[in-house]
Amino acid sequence: MPDMLRLASHDGALLGAQPTPADAALAVRGMTVSYGQKPALFSVDATFPSGVMSAIIGPNGAGKSTFLKAALGLIPMVSGEVRFFGLPLAQARSRIAYVPQRASVDWDFPTTVIDVVLMGRYRRLGLLRRVGRADLALAQEALARVGMEGFAHRQIGQLSGGQQQRVFLARALAQQGDLYLLDEPFAGVDAATEAAIIEVLKALKAAGKTVIAVHHDLSTVADYFDHVFLVNVRAMAQGPVASAFTTAALSQTYGGRLGAGQLDQLHPAKG
Amino acid sequence: MVGFLDAITLQAGYNAALVTVGATLLGFAAGMAGTFLFLRKRALVSDAMAHATLPGIALAFLVMVAFGGDGRNLAGLLLGAAASALVGLALVDWIVRRTRLAEDAAIGAVLSVFFGFGVVLLTVIQSLERGRQAGLEDVLLGATAGMLMQDALLIAVGGAVVVALIVLLRRPMTLVAFDPGHAAALGVPVGRVDMAMMGLVMAITVIGLSLVGLILIIALLIIPPVTARFWTDRVAPMLLIAGAVGGAAGYMGAALSASIPDLPTGPMIVLIAAGLFTVSLLFAPRRGVLAAILARRRFQARVHWRQGLLSLARAEPIHDPLTLRILRAAGAIRPDGVATDKGRALAAKSLRDERRWEIARAIHQDTALTGRYDGLTPIEDVFTPDQIADLDTRIGPPQPVGGM
Repeated sequence: MPDMLRLASHDGALLGAQPTPADAALAVRGMTVSYGQKPALFSVDATFPSGVMSAIIGPNGAGKSTFLKAALGLIPMVSGEVRFFGLPLAQARSRIAYVPQRASVDWDFPTTVIDVVLMGRYRRLGLLRRVGRADLALAQEALARVGMEGFAHRQIGQLSGGQQQRVFLARALAQQGDLYLLDEPFAGVDAATEAAIIEVLKALKAAGKTVIAVHHDLSTVADYFDHVFLVNVRAMAQGPVASAFTTAALSQTYGGRLGAGQLDQLHPAKG
Repeated sequence: MVGFLDAITLQAGYNAALVTVGATLLGFAAGMAGTFLFLRKRALVSDAMAHATLPGIALAFLVMVAFGGDGRNLAGLLLGAAASALVGLALVDWIVRRTRLAEDAAIGAVLSVFFGFGVVLLTVIQSLERGRQAGLEDVLLGATAGMLMQDALLIAVGGAVVVALIVLLRRPMTLVAFDPGHAAALGVPVGRVDMAMMGLVMAITVIGLSLVGLILIIALLIIPPVTARFWTDRVAPMLLIAGAVGGAAGYMGAALSASIPDLPTGPMIVLIAAGLFTVSLLFAPRRGVLAAILARRRFQARVHWRQGLLSLARAEPIHDPLTLRILRAAGAIRPDGVATDKGRALAAKSLRDERRWEIARAIHQDTALTGRYDGLTPIEDVFTPDQIADLDTRIGPPQPVGGM
């Protein structure tokens, strides 16, 4: 299926790239981001279909998190265009829920679990409106969905790593978005939490929502995700897992960092 | 000499009463403004800002004198203070964004350079004919002797506006302080919220200049929130407690300095605040030093208690003196080390709870529940009686505890 296998050539242009569909949950064209003089992402084109679960995959320092942050406008792009559901970020913001890396915040911050989840409601509450019964119910329900209903009034510093990640996911659920962008949701969490999170994400997909996650565990890609985007500064390959998550694409993305034996163990789809 | 009782009941004269009321209001507003500064981890930026006010004050004085006005016009001086604080703040921000220097280095550089320049300007002013009586050096440590009704009004109105803005902006400021990335993704203008926060701090710095001086205003911004942090785990109560600590320090400090001649107001306020901080540091429940020591002791006792009971249940000899002391104190063993009936019953229960936990961990893979297994939390705190009964049916009938 060479027509479905979109491999990037080394000038960053995509071979066989199709025009950006307007209904894609996230479409990025020509995204270039640099820290100082060194490009973290160079002329990246990527399209994420709506209603499925997509993984962003690549080695350390490949720009996976940078891709999400730049798409959300958290860090400036040197050049590039980003569309969510065919709209610019400002018009699509209420439909997007972002789950940053757990390590990005100070967990000794004076707040409780329910207060963190309610932060997902702040956009709707604005400056003055009080937290209503409906907001509280939504936050409680979000906590229940991640298996943390008994922890509402716990201080966040008392949570384990897996519980912290669940609280972050609950905060995103409380936003009631259509697109969920998760940055390494499974990094440093226990197996039970990983299973609980994947269950929530699959339920979101079943409800017609879109999930895009930065993912680092190649062995679970085929089980968890429908669509992959392989990146290493440049876009390397993208498409359905069956056609794009190939040994050839992986070895190109990771360079010499994955041994042939490791690649075989992953059992990716044969391209 | 005025009595402290008079001072604290605002009966020590017009000026003393003005100063006391002004210091209380300033302390309350500073405590609240400082809370978000502390939560955003930018406490030291305010120090750079406060020191950066000095050249502005001196320059404003020189400009007003040059135009033939009164160099001591308070509004003019505060305007100069605000302007140069803004320049200092912008400079710190610019250095952090445009160079590889970290914020602490930028703060150190800006703070010392601006302050040094300000001191040079003050020296120049004192050499002038008209500058000698200006008393501009009072802005360093504050002076309250000549405080007027309009100064107190400035603090009251300024403080009230600051408090109102903090209440209005508490949500975006909380979001930005906790998780700026998530806040930005929500569409909160992080840069502008930070600017508003620094603006509020600047307002406090400027209106507090005449009362506590630019060197000590940082104490009034930072000590109340760190004190409040010892007493609460939520932002809203922390704001109120920080305000209360700041207000109390302002009130007590001003009253004390009014009742004892030549005692400066600003330093007294800071010392009172430091006293409240020290008490909180030592005695606050949960986060205080004493509470931490007691919690450690309790934890240690519970570990020894459980190990002792399990040893009794398994008929193993106990040698640890602390374990023996704890078991003896609870009546679980006799002075000669032999288990009492009560001890045997407790030992059997602890062994049974261990088995219950084993089963529970096998059934409930979810660590949200079994993650609470630490060997010390009673199983009844985690599972309902029905769940425990279910566990028991899986264990089978109780086994006799043998060999004692």
